[in-house]
Amino acid sequence: MEPIAATALEKVIELTGVAVASSDSPDVALIEGIDWEISAGDYWVVAGRPGVGKSELLAVAGGQNRPLAGAVRLFGREVSGLGGDEWLPERLRVGFVFDEGGRLFNQLTVEQNLALPLCYHRDCEAGDVAGEVREILELTGLTAQARSFPGRLNLAWRQRVALARALALRPDVLLLDNPLSGAQGRHVSWWLDFLARLSAGQAGVSDRPATLIVCAEHFNPWSAHARRFGLLRDHRLEQLGGRAEVEGREDFWLPEPTAAG
Amino acid sequence: MEKTSAAPKDVTAYPLEFLVPRSYASLLGRKILSFSRTIRGLVAFALITLAVTLTKFNHAARVIHPLLRAQIQRSGVGLLPIVGLLALALGFIVIGQTVALLTQFGAQNLTGVIMVAVIVREVGPMATALLVLAKIGTATVIELGTARALGEIEALEALGIDPVHYLVMPRVLGQALSIFALTVYLIVFALASGYLFAFLQDVPISPRVYVHQLAAALGWGDFLLLFLKTISFGAIIAVVTCYEGLARPIRLDGVATATTRAVVYSLGLCVFVDAVFMFYLLV
Repeated sequence: MEPIAATALEKVIELTGVAVASSDSPDVALIEGIDWEISAGDYWVVAGRPGVGKSELLAVAGGQNRPLAGAVRLFGREVSGLGGDEWLPERLRVGFVFDEGGRLFNQLTVEQNLALPLCYHRDCEAGDVAGEVREILELTGLTAQARSFPGRLNLAWRQRVALARALALRPDVLLLDNPLSGAQGRHVSWWLDFLARLSAGQAGVSDRPATLIVCAEHFNPWSAHARRFGLLRDHRLEQLGGRAEVEGREDFWLPEPTAAG
Repeated sequence: MEKTSAAPKDVTAYPLEFLVPRSYASLLGRKILSFSRTIRGLVAFALITLAVTLTKFNHAARVIHPLLRAQIQRSGVGLLPIVGLLALALGFIVIGQTVALLTQFGAQNLTGVIMVAVIVREVGPMATALLVLAKIGTATVIELGTARALGEIEALEALGIDPVHYLVMPRVLGQALSIFALTVYLIVFALASGYLFAFLQDVPISPRVYVHQLAAALGWGDFLLLFLKTISFGAIIAVVTCYEGLARPIRLDGVATATTRAVVYSLGLCVFVDAVFMFYLLV
Protein backbone atom coordinates (compact mmCIF):
# COMPACT_ATOMS: atom_id res chain seq x y z
CA MET A 1 0.00 0.00 0.00
CA GLU A 2 1.41 3.44 -0.96
CA PRO A 3 1.99 5.51 2.17
CA ILE A 4 0.27 8.85 2.04
CA ALA A 5 2.61 11.58 3.23
CA ALA A 6 1.60 13.33 6.43
CA THR A 7 2.51 16.98 6.66
CA ALA A 8 3.38 18.52 9.99
CA LEU A 9 0.15 20.46 10.33
CA GLU A 10 -2.11 17.89 8.78
CA LYS A 11 -5.29 17.24 10.69
CA VAL A 12 -5.26 13.49 11.00
CA ILE A 13 -8.59 13.11 12.81
CA GLU A 14 -11.42 15.64 12.87
CA LEU A 15 -14.66 15.12 14.75
CA THR A 16 -17.42 17.64 14.11
CA GLY A 17 -20.56 17.66 16.26
CA VAL A 18 -20.10 13.99 16.98
CA ALA A 19 -22.31 11.99 19.34
CA VAL A 20 -21.00 8.64 20.50
CA ALA A 21 -23.37 5.76 21.17
CA SER A 22 -23.17 3.44 24.14
CA SER A 23 -21.98 -0.05 23.24
CA ASP A 24 -24.78 -1.62 25.30
CA SER A 25 -27.63 0.39 23.78
CA PRO A 26 -26.72 1.70 20.32
CA ASP A 27 -29.46 4.37 20.31
CA VAL A 28 -28.35 6.12 23.48
CA ALA A 29 -25.74 8.86 23.24
CA LEU A 30 -22.98 8.45 25.81
CA ILE A 31 -21.02 11.53 24.76
CA GLU A 32 -22.42 14.43 22.75
CA GLY A 33 -21.24 17.55 20.93
CA ILE A 34 -17.64 16.53 20.34
CA ASP A 35 -15.65 18.96 18.20
CA TRP A 36 -12.14 17.61 18.30
CA GLU A 37 -9.17 18.06 16.00
CA ILE A 38 -6.06 15.96 16.24
CA SER A 39 -3.01 17.12 14.33
CA ALA A 40 -0.18 14.92 13.09
CA GLY A 41 2.32 14.30 15.87
CA ASP A 42 -0.06 15.12 18.74
CA TYR A 43 0.13 13.06 21.92
CA TRP A 44 -3.30 13.13 23.58
CA VAL A 45 -4.43 11.57 26.82
CA VAL A 46 -8.16 11.45 27.46
CA ALA A 47 -9.13 10.46 30.97
CA GLY A 48 -12.47 9.47 32.40
CA ARG A 49 -14.02 7.14 34.87
CA PRO A 50 -14.94 3.59 33.87
CA GLY A 51 -18.14 3.47 31.84
CA VAL A 52 -17.92 7.10 30.72
CA GLY A 53 -17.40 6.04 27.08
CA LYS A 54 -13.63 6.11 26.51
CA SER A 55 -13.52 2.92 24.42
CA GLU A 56 -16.56 4.03 22.43
CA LEU A 57 -14.94 7.42 21.77
CA LEU A 58 -11.79 5.74 20.45
CA ALA A 59 -13.82 3.38 18.25
CA VAL A 60 -15.64 6.35 16.68
CA ALA A 61 -12.51 8.51 16.36
CA GLY A 62 -10.72 5.67 14.55
CA GLY A 63 -13.65 5.11 12.20
CA GLN A 64 -14.33 1.67 13.64
CA ASN A 65 -17.88 2.55 14.77
CA ARG A 66 -20.23 5.03 13.18
CA PRO A 67 -21.14 8.09 15.23
CA LEU A 68 -24.75 8.63 16.26
CA ALA A 69 -24.50 12.16 14.87
CA GLY A 70 -21.88 14.39 13.29
CA ALA A 71 -18.99 13.66 10.96
CA VAL A 72 -15.63 11.93 11.38
CA ARG A 73 -12.81 12.78 8.99
CA LEU A 74 -9.63 10.73 8.82
CA PHE A 75 -6.70 12.32 6.97
CA GLY A 76 -9.13 14.81 5.44
CA ARG A 77 -11.62 12.23 4.17
CA GLU A 78 -15.03 11.77 5.68
CA VAL A 79 -15.37 8.10 6.61
CA SER A 80 -18.50 8.00 8.76
CA GLY A 81 -20.75 7.10 5.82
CA LEU A 82 -18.39 4.73 4.02
CA GLY A 83 -18.39 0.93 3.97
CA GLY A 84 -15.45 -1.15 5.22
CA ASP A 85 -13.39 -1.50 2.03
CA GLU A 86 -13.95 2.02 0.70
CA TRP A 87 -11.55 3.67 3.11
CA LEU A 88 -9.04 0.87 3.58
CA PRO A 89 -5.97 3.08 2.89
CA GLU A 90 -7.04 5.45 5.69
CA ARG A 91 -8.02 2.59 7.98
CA LEU A 92 -4.60 0.98 7.70
CA ARG A 93 -2.96 4.23 8.82
CA VAL A 94 -4.80 4.00 12.15
CA GLY A 95 -3.69 1.35 14.64
CA PHE A 96 -5.80 0.16 17.57
CA VAL A 97 -4.50 -1.19 20.86
CA PHE A 98 -7.55 -2.57 22.61
CA ASP A 99 -7.94 -2.83 26.37
CA GLU A 100 -8.18 -5.91 28.59
CA GLY A 101 -5.46 -7.96 26.93
CA GLY A 102 -5.65 -6.37 23.50
CA ARG A 103 -8.17 -8.72 21.86
CA LEU A 104 -5.44 -10.93 20.40
CA PHE A 105 -6.27 -13.85 18.13
CA ASN A 106 -6.14 -16.69 20.63
CA GLN A 107 -5.75 -19.43 18.02
CA LEU A 108 -2.53 -17.88 16.69
CA THR A 109 0.90 -17.52 18.29
CA VAL A 110 2.31 -14.07 19.03
CA GLU A 111 4.32 -13.97 15.80
CA GLN A 112 1.34 -15.23 13.79
CA ASN A 113 -0.77 -12.46 15.35
CA LEU A 114 1.71 -9.95 13.94
CA ALA A 115 2.14 -11.69 10.60
CA LEU A 116 -1.59 -12.02 9.84
CA PRO A 117 -2.34 -8.38 8.89
CA LEU A 118 0.92 -8.12 6.92
CA CYS A 119 0.27 -11.33 4.97
CA TYR A 120 -3.39 -10.47 4.38
CA HIS A 121 -2.70 -7.05 2.90
CA ARG A 122 0.38 -8.08 0.90
CA ASP A 123 -0.95 -11.48 -0.16
CA CYS A 124 2.16 -13.31 0.96
CA GLU A 125 3.14 -16.18 3.22
CA ALA A 126 4.30 -15.92 6.82
CA GLY A 127 7.89 -16.69 5.80
CA ASP A 128 8.00 -13.58 3.60
CA VAL A 129 7.32 -11.24 6.51
CA ALA A 130 9.29 -13.14 9.17
CA GLY A 131 12.09 -10.57 9.19
CA GLU A 132 9.71 -7.68 9.63
CA VAL A 133 7.81 -9.49 12.39
CA ARG A 134 11.08 -10.27 14.18
CA GLU A 135 12.07 -6.60 13.99
CA ILE A 136 8.82 -5.42 15.61
CA LEU A 137 9.10 -8.14 18.27
CA GLU A 138 12.63 -6.98 19.08
CA LEU A 139 11.55 -3.34 19.29
CA THR A 140 8.78 -4.24 21.71
CA GLY A 141 10.87 -6.69 23.73
CA LEU A 142 8.76 -9.70 22.82
CA THR A 143 11.31 -11.95 21.13
CA ALA A 144 11.15 -14.53 23.90
CA GLN A 145 7.35 -14.73 23.62
CA ALA A 146 7.24 -15.06 19.81
CA ARG A 147 6.04 -18.65 19.76
CA SER A 148 3.73 -18.46 22.78
CA PHE A 149 -0.02 -18.44 22.47
CA PRO A 150 -1.68 -15.33 23.93
CA GLY A 151 -3.56 -17.43 26.48
CA ARG A 152 -0.26 -18.34 28.14
CA LEU A 153 0.80 -14.72 28.67
CA ASN A 154 -0.32 -12.46 31.48
CA LEU A 155 -2.34 -9.30 30.91
CA ALA A 156 0.65 -6.95 30.79
CA TRP A 157 2.45 -9.01 28.12
CA ARG A 158 -0.72 -9.49 26.09
CA GLN A 159 -1.20 -5.73 26.09
CA ARG A 160 2.32 -5.37 24.75
CA VAL A 161 1.62 -7.95 22.01
CA ALA A 162 -1.44 -5.88 21.08
CA LEU A 163 0.84 -2.86 20.67
CA ALA A 164 3.26 -4.89 18.53
CA ARG A 165 0.39 -6.15 16.34
CA ALA A 166 -0.93 -2.62 15.84
CA LEU A 167 2.59 -1.45 14.91
CA ALA A 168 3.09 -4.23 12.35
CA LEU A 169 1.25 -2.21 9.70
CA ARG A 170 3.34 0.89 10.63
CA PRO A 171 0.37 3.18 11.28
CA ASP A 172 0.65 6.96 11.51
CA VAL A 173 -1.93 7.19 14.28
CA LEU A 174 -2.15 4.89 17.27
CA LEU A 175 -5.27 4.72 19.44
CA LEU A 176 -4.57 3.06 22.79
CA ASP A 177 -7.39 2.06 25.10
CA ASN A 178 -6.18 1.92 28.69
CA PRO A 179 -2.82 0.37 27.74
CA LEU A 180 -1.56 0.25 31.33
CA SER A 181 -4.35 -2.03 32.54
CA GLY A 182 -2.63 -4.94 34.22
CA ALA A 183 0.81 -3.31 33.90
CA GLN A 184 2.92 -2.63 36.94
CA GLY A 185 6.43 -1.48 37.77
CA ARG A 186 8.80 -2.01 34.87
CA HIS A 187 5.96 -2.51 32.41
CA VAL A 188 4.59 0.97 33.18
CA SER A 189 7.94 2.66 32.69
CA TRP A 190 8.54 0.63 29.51
CA TRP A 191 5.20 1.80 28.06
CA LEU A 192 5.77 5.46 28.93
CA ASP A 193 9.29 5.40 27.52
CA PHE A 194 8.31 3.51 24.35
CA LEU A 195 5.33 5.77 23.60
CA ALA A 196 7.51 8.85 24.16
CA ARG A 197 10.01 7.53 21.60
CA LEU A 198 7.18 6.59 19.24
CA SER A 199 5.80 10.10 19.52
CA ALA A 200 9.24 11.52 18.74
CA GLY A 201 9.67 9.18 15.75
CA GLN A 202 12.63 7.48 17.42
CA ALA A 203 11.19 4.08 18.30
CA GLY A 204 12.54 2.50 15.12
CA VAL A 205 9.05 1.71 13.78
CA SER A 206 8.75 4.68 11.47
CA ASP A 207 10.87 7.76 10.89
CA ARG A 208 7.80 9.96 11.27
CA PRO A 209 6.55 10.94 14.72
CA ALA A 210 3.46 8.88 15.51
CA THR A 211 0.22 10.54 16.54
CA LEU A 212 -0.96 9.02 19.82
CA ILE A 213 -4.32 9.08 21.55
CA VAL A 214 -4.41 7.30 24.86
CA CYS A 215 -7.52 6.71 26.94
CA ALA A 216 -6.87 6.15 30.61
CA GLU A 217 -8.74 6.19 33.86
CA HIS A 218 -6.70 9.09 35.26
CA PHE A 219 -3.91 11.44 34.17
CA ASN A 220 -1.38 9.86 36.49
CA PRO A 221 1.25 8.83 35.21
CA TRP A 222 0.61 10.41 31.80
CA SER A 223 0.76 14.08 32.82
CA ALA A 224 4.54 14.20 32.48
CA HIS A 225 4.56 12.54 29.04
CA ALA A 226 1.55 13.50 26.95
CA ARG A 227 1.28 16.94 25.37
CA ARG A 228 -2.48 17.45 25.15
CA PHE A 229 -5.16 16.46 27.63
CA GLY A 230 -8.88 15.84 27.52
CA LEU A 231 -11.36 14.87 30.18
CA LEU A 232 -14.57 12.92 29.68
CA ARG A 233 -17.27 13.78 32.16
CA ASP A 234 -20.96 14.65 32.16
CA HIS A 235 -21.36 13.31 28.61
CA ARG A 236 -18.88 15.88 27.26
CA LEU A 237 -15.28 15.90 26.14
CA GLU A 238 -13.48 18.80 27.81
CA GLN A 239 -10.26 19.76 26.08
CA LEU A 240 -8.00 20.93 28.86
CA GLY A 241 -5.03 22.08 26.82
CA GLY A 242 -1.32 21.34 27.25
CA ARG A 243 0.84 20.20 30.13
CA ALA A 244 1.05 23.71 31.59
CA GLU A 245 -2.74 23.90 31.90
CA VAL A 246 -3.01 20.54 33.60
CA GLU A 247 -0.06 20.53 35.98
CA GLY A 248 -0.87 21.79 39.44
CA ARG A 249 -4.61 21.92 38.77
CA GLU A 250 -6.04 19.63 41.39
CA ASP A 251 -9.63 19.88 40.09
CA PHE A 252 -8.78 17.87 36.97
CA TRP A 253 -7.44 14.92 38.87
CA LEU A 254 -9.78 12.04 38.95
CA PRO A 255 -9.88 9.84 41.99
CA GLU A 256 -8.30 6.43 41.84
CA PRO A 257 -10.82 4.03 40.31
CA THR A 258 -12.56 1.82 42.80
CA ALA A 259 -13.95 -1.66 42.35
CA ALA A 260 -17.43 -0.16 42.27
CA GLY A 261 -16.40 2.07 39.35
CA MET B 1 -62.09 -20.49 49.02
CA GLU B 2 -64.67 -18.06 47.74
CA LYS B 3 -66.45 -19.07 44.62
CA THR B 4 -65.58 -16.74 41.78
CA SER B 5 -68.41 -15.03 39.97
CA ALA B 6 -66.13 -13.45 37.34
CA ALA B 7 -66.23 -16.45 35.02
CA PRO B 8 -67.17 -15.19 31.55
CA LYS B 9 -70.65 -16.13 30.52
CA ASP B 10 -70.51 -14.62 27.07
CA VAL B 11 -67.80 -16.58 25.32
CA THR B 12 -67.71 -14.26 22.30
CA ALA B 13 -66.69 -11.36 24.53
CA TYR B 14 -63.34 -13.05 25.20
CA PRO B 15 -62.85 -15.09 22.08
CA LEU B 16 -59.07 -15.47 21.96
CA GLU B 17 -58.29 -15.39 25.65
CA PHE B 18 -60.97 -17.88 26.45
CA LEU B 19 -59.64 -20.38 23.96
CA VAL B 20 -55.92 -19.65 24.22
CA PRO B 21 -54.46 -18.03 27.37
CA ARG B 22 -52.93 -14.66 26.59
CA SER B 23 -49.47 -15.79 27.71
CA TYR B 24 -49.50 -18.67 25.24
CA ALA B 25 -50.69 -16.46 22.40
CA SER B 26 -48.00 -13.87 23.06
CA LEU B 27 -45.39 -16.58 23.43
CA LEU B 28 -46.39 -17.95 20.04
CA GLY B 29 -46.30 -14.44 18.57
CA ARG B 30 -42.86 -13.79 20.00
CA LYS B 31 -41.60 -17.10 18.62
CA ILE B 32 -42.97 -16.35 15.15
CA LEU B 33 -41.44 -12.86 15.16
CA SER B 34 -38.09 -14.12 16.38
CA PHE B 35 -38.16 -16.91 13.79
CA SER B 36 -38.88 -14.50 10.94
CA ARG B 37 -36.12 -12.16 12.20
CA THR B 38 -33.63 -15.02 12.24
CA ILE B 39 -34.59 -16.18 8.75
CA ARG B 40 -34.25 -12.61 7.46
CA GLY B 41 -30.85 -12.32 9.12
CA LEU B 42 -29.75 -15.67 7.74
CA VAL B 43 -30.74 -14.78 4.19
CA ALA B 44 -28.94 -11.43 4.43
CA PHE B 45 -25.86 -13.13 5.88
CA ALA B 46 -25.90 -15.80 3.17
CA LEU B 47 -26.10 -13.09 0.47
CA ILE B 48 -23.21 -11.17 2.04
CA THR B 49 -21.16 -14.38 2.12
CA LEU B 50 -22.03 -15.09 -1.51
CA ALA B 51 -21.05 -11.56 -2.55
CA VAL B 52 -17.74 -11.79 -0.66
CA THR B 53 -17.03 -15.21 -2.20
CA LEU B 54 -17.69 -13.92 -5.70
CA THR B 55 -15.75 -10.68 -5.37
CA LYS B 56 -12.88 -11.68 -3.09
CA PHE B 57 -12.23 -15.36 -3.74
CA ASN B 58 -8.70 -14.68 -4.93
CA HIS B 59 -8.03 -11.72 -2.67
CA ALA B 60 -5.20 -12.46 -0.18
CA ALA B 61 -5.16 -15.96 -1.66
CA ARG B 62 -2.01 -16.97 0.21
CA VAL B 63 -3.77 -16.40 3.51
CA ILE B 64 -7.29 -17.50 2.65
CA HIS B 65 -6.69 -20.58 0.45
CA PRO B 66 -4.65 -22.39 3.12
CA LEU B 67 -7.59 -21.76 5.48
CA LEU B 68 -9.92 -23.30 2.90
CA ARG B 69 -7.64 -26.33 2.60
CA ALA B 70 -7.47 -26.60 6.39
CA GLN B 71 -11.27 -26.52 6.55
CA ILE B 72 -11.55 -29.31 3.96
CA GLN B 73 -8.95 -31.29 5.91
CA ARG B 74 -10.86 -30.73 9.14
CA SER B 75 -14.44 -31.29 8.07
CA GLY B 76 -13.71 -33.64 5.17
CA VAL B 77 -10.62 -35.79 5.52
CA GLY B 78 -10.73 -35.63 9.32
CA LEU B 79 -14.24 -37.09 9.38
CA LEU B 80 -13.48 -39.98 7.01
CA PRO B 81 -12.96 -42.60 9.77
CA ILE B 82 -16.25 -41.83 11.50
CA VAL B 83 -18.06 -41.65 8.15
CA GLY B 84 -16.62 -45.07 7.38
CA LEU B 85 -17.93 -46.40 10.66
CA LEU B 86 -21.36 -44.88 10.06
CA ALA B 87 -21.44 -46.34 6.54
CA LEU B 88 -20.57 -49.76 7.89
CA ALA B 89 -23.36 -49.54 10.44
CA LEU B 90 -25.84 -48.22 7.84
CA GLY B 91 -24.87 -50.98 5.44
CA PHE B 92 -25.24 -53.70 8.03
CA ILE B 93 -28.41 -52.44 9.66
CA VAL B 94 -30.42 -50.97 6.80
CA ILE B 95 -29.19 -52.50 3.58
CA GLY B 96 -28.34 -55.96 4.85
CA GLN B 97 -31.80 -56.38 6.34
CA THR B 98 -33.58 -54.96 3.28
CA VAL B 99 -31.73 -57.30 0.94
CA ALA B 100 -32.44 -60.25 3.21
CA LEU B 101 -36.15 -59.35 3.43
CA LEU B 102 -36.48 -58.84 -0.33
CA THR B 103 -34.89 -62.22 -0.90
CA GLN B 104 -37.43 -63.87 1.40
CA PHE B 105 -40.19 -62.57 -0.87
CA GLY B 106 -38.24 -63.36 -4.01
CA ALA B 107 -37.99 -59.68 -4.94
CA GLN B 108 -34.21 -59.48 -5.26
CA ASN B 109 -34.54 -57.56 -8.52
CA LEU B 110 -35.83 -54.55 -6.52
CA THR B 111 -32.67 -54.31 -4.41
CA GLY B 112 -31.02 -51.70 -6.59
CA VAL B 113 -34.09 -49.44 -6.70
CA ILE B 114 -34.49 -49.50 -2.93
CA MET B 115 -30.77 -48.93 -2.31
CA VAL B 116 -30.74 -45.90 -4.56
CA ALA B 117 -33.93 -44.49 -3.05
CA VAL B 118 -32.85 -45.00 0.55
CA ILE B 119 -29.09 -44.55 0.58
CA VAL B 120 -28.25 -42.35 -2.41
CA ARG B 121 -31.22 -40.00 -2.33
CA GLU B 122 -32.14 -39.75 1.34
CA VAL B 123 -30.10 -41.33 4.11
CA GLY B 124 -26.61 -40.73 2.68
CA PRO B 125 -26.74 -36.94 2.32
CA MET B 126 -28.75 -36.41 5.53
CA ALA B 127 -26.59 -38.71 7.68
CA THR B 128 -23.40 -37.02 6.48
CA ALA B 129 -24.86 -33.57 7.03
CA LEU B 130 -25.87 -34.53 10.58
CA LEU B 131 -22.39 -35.83 11.28
CA VAL B 132 -20.72 -32.65 10.04
CA LEU B 133 -23.24 -30.53 11.94
CA ALA B 134 -22.58 -32.43 15.17
CA LYS B 135 -18.82 -32.46 14.88
CA ILE B 136 -17.83 -29.34 12.95
CA GLY B 137 -20.91 -27.10 13.04
CA THR B 138 -21.06 -26.98 16.83
CA ALA B 139 -17.31 -26.31 17.03
CA THR B 140 -17.76 -23.46 14.53
CA VAL B 141 -20.39 -21.70 16.68
CA ILE B 142 -18.25 -22.07 19.78
CA GLU B 143 -15.05 -20.85 18.08
CA LEU B 144 -16.66 -17.88 16.37
CA GLY B 145 -18.95 -17.05 19.29
CA THR B 146 -16.00 -16.99 21.68
CA ALA B 147 -13.96 -14.90 19.24
CA ARG B 148 -16.85 -12.46 18.91
CA ALA B 149 -17.44 -12.31 22.67
CA LEU B 150 -13.74 -11.61 23.27
CA GLY B 151 -13.74 -8.79 20.70
CA GLU B 152 -11.49 -10.51 18.15
CA ILE B 153 -13.86 -9.58 15.33
CA GLU B 154 -13.41 -5.86 16.06
CA ALA B 155 -9.66 -6.49 16.12
CA LEU B 156 -9.86 -8.05 12.65
CA GLU B 157 -11.84 -5.08 11.35
CA ALA B 158 -9.39 -2.64 12.91
CA LEU B 159 -6.60 -4.37 10.98
CA GLY B 160 -8.58 -4.01 7.74
CA ILE B 161 -9.35 -7.74 7.55
CA ASP B 162 -12.89 -8.58 6.43
CA PRO B 163 -14.24 -11.10 9.00
CA VAL B 164 -16.62 -12.64 6.46
CA HIS B 165 -13.76 -13.16 4.02
CA TYR B 166 -11.34 -14.48 6.64
CA LEU B 167 -13.64 -16.54 8.86
CA VAL B 168 -16.84 -17.35 7.00
CA MET B 169 -15.92 -17.92 3.35
CA PRO B 170 -13.40 -20.75 3.97
CA ARG B 171 -15.87 -22.47 6.30
CA VAL B 172 -18.82 -22.29 3.90
CA LEU B 173 -16.86 -23.48 0.86
CA GLY B 174 -14.92 -26.08 2.85
CA GLN B 175 -17.97 -27.56 4.51
CA ALA B 176 -20.04 -27.63 1.31
CA LEU B 177 -17.29 -29.47 -0.58
CA SER B 178 -16.60 -31.76 2.39
CA ILE B 179 -20.21 -32.83 2.80
CA PHE B 180 -20.41 -33.61 -0.91
CA ALA B 181 -17.22 -35.71 -0.83
CA LEU B 182 -18.10 -37.43 2.44
CA THR B 183 -21.56 -38.33 1.16
CA VAL B 184 -20.06 -40.02 -1.88
CA TYR B 185 -17.73 -42.03 0.37
CA LEU B 186 -20.58 -42.87 2.74
CA ILE B 187 -22.75 -44.13 -0.10
CA VAL B 188 -19.98 -46.26 -1.60
CA PHE B 189 -19.01 -47.73 1.78
CA ALA B 190 -22.64 -48.33 2.80
CA LEU B 191 -23.53 -50.08 -0.46
CA ALA B 192 -20.41 -52.24 -0.20
CA SER B 193 -20.86 -53.15 3.45
CA GLY B 194 -24.55 -53.86 2.82
CA TYR B 195 -23.63 -56.35 0.15
CA LEU B 196 -21.07 -57.85 2.51
CA PHE B 197 -23.80 -58.36 5.12
CA ALA B 198 -26.15 -59.90 2.58
CA PHE B 199 -23.34 -62.15 1.36
CA LEU B 200 -22.64 -63.31 4.91
CA GLN B 201 -26.32 -64.21 5.26
CA ASP B 202 -26.08 -66.39 2.15
CA VAL B 203 -28.44 -64.23 0.12
CA PRO B 204 -28.28 -65.59 -3.43
CA ILE B 205 -27.31 -62.40 -5.24
CA SER B 206 -24.00 -62.10 -7.06
CA PRO B 207 -21.90 -58.91 -6.95
CA ARG B 208 -22.37 -58.55 -10.69
CA VAL B 209 -26.16 -58.61 -10.40
CA TYR B 210 -26.07 -56.25 -7.39
CA VAL B 211 -23.93 -53.70 -9.23
CA HIS B 212 -26.07 -54.01 -12.36
CA GLN B 213 -29.23 -53.41 -10.35
CA LEU B 214 -27.70 -50.31 -8.74
CA ALA B 215 -26.53 -48.99 -12.10
CA ALA B 216 -29.94 -49.56 -13.62
CA ALA B 217 -31.67 -47.75 -10.76
CA LEU B 218 -29.33 -44.76 -10.87
CA GLY B 219 -30.08 -42.00 -13.34
CA TRP B 220 -28.09 -38.86 -14.21
CA GLY B 221 -30.67 -36.94 -12.23
CA ASP B 222 -29.59 -38.77 -9.09
CA PHE B 223 -26.03 -37.50 -9.45
CA LEU B 224 -27.23 -33.97 -10.00
CA LEU B 225 -29.60 -34.25 -7.03
CA LEU B 226 -26.83 -35.65 -4.84
CA PHE B 227 -24.52 -32.80 -5.80
CA LEU B 228 -27.11 -30.06 -5.26
CA LYS B 229 -28.40 -31.53 -2.03
CA THR B 230 -25.04 -32.05 -0.37
CA ILE B 231 -23.72 -28.64 -1.43
CA SER B 232 -26.93 -27.04 -0.07
CA PHE B 233 -26.65 -28.93 3.22
CA GLY B 234 -23.02 -27.88 3.61
CA ALA B 235 -23.77 -24.26 2.81
CA ILE B 236 -26.79 -24.21 5.17
CA ILE B 237 -24.85 -25.69 8.08
CA ALA B 238 -21.87 -23.40 7.58
CA VAL B 239 -23.96 -20.24 7.08
CA VAL B 240 -26.23 -20.94 10.07
CA THR B 241 -23.38 -21.82 12.43
CA CYS B 242 -21.28 -18.84 11.31
CA TYR B 243 -24.32 -16.55 11.60
CA GLU B 244 -25.11 -17.68 15.13
CA GLY B 245 -21.48 -17.34 16.20
CA LEU B 246 -20.56 -14.18 14.39
CA ALA B 247 -23.38 -12.02 13.16
CA ARG B 248 -25.01 -11.08 16.43
CA PRO B 249 -23.50 -9.46 19.52
CA ILE B 250 -22.86 -12.27 21.95
CA ARG B 251 -21.47 -12.67 25.44
CA LEU B 252 -19.45 -15.65 26.61
CA ASP B 253 -22.41 -16.99 28.56
CA GLY B 254 -24.56 -16.85 25.41
CA VAL B 255 -22.33 -19.17 23.37
CA ALA B 256 -24.01 -22.35 24.64
CA THR B 257 -27.49 -21.06 23.72
CA ALA B 258 -26.24 -19.93 20.32
CA THR B 259 -24.83 -23.41 19.70
CA THR B 260 -28.09 -25.22 20.43
CA ARG B 261 -30.02 -22.64 18.39
CA ALA B 262 -27.65 -23.15 15.46
CA VAL B 263 -28.14 -26.92 15.61
CA VAL B 264 -31.93 -26.59 15.66
CA TYR B 265 -32.00 -24.08 12.78
CA SER B 266 -29.49 -26.06 10.69
CA LEU B 267 -31.45 -29.24 11.17
CA GLY B 268 -34.77 -27.57 10.42
CA LEU B 269 -33.49 -25.89 7.28
CA CYS B 270 -31.78 -29.07 6.01
CA VAL B 271 -35.01 -31.04 6.46
CA PHE B 272 -36.95 -28.26 4.71
CA VAL B 273 -34.54 -28.20 1.76
CA ASP B 274 -34.63 -31.99 1.64
CA ALA B 275 -38.42 -31.84 1.42
CA VAL B 276 -38.23 -29.24 -1.36
CA PHE B 277 -35.90 -31.50 -3.36
CA MET B 278 -38.19 -34.49 -2.77
CA PHE B 279 -41.20 -32.45 -3.88
CA TYR B 280 -39.46 -31.51 -7.15
CA LEU B 281 -38.44 -35.10 -7.65
CA LEU B 282 -41.99 -36.39 -7.25
CA VAL B 283 -43.70 -33.70 -9.29
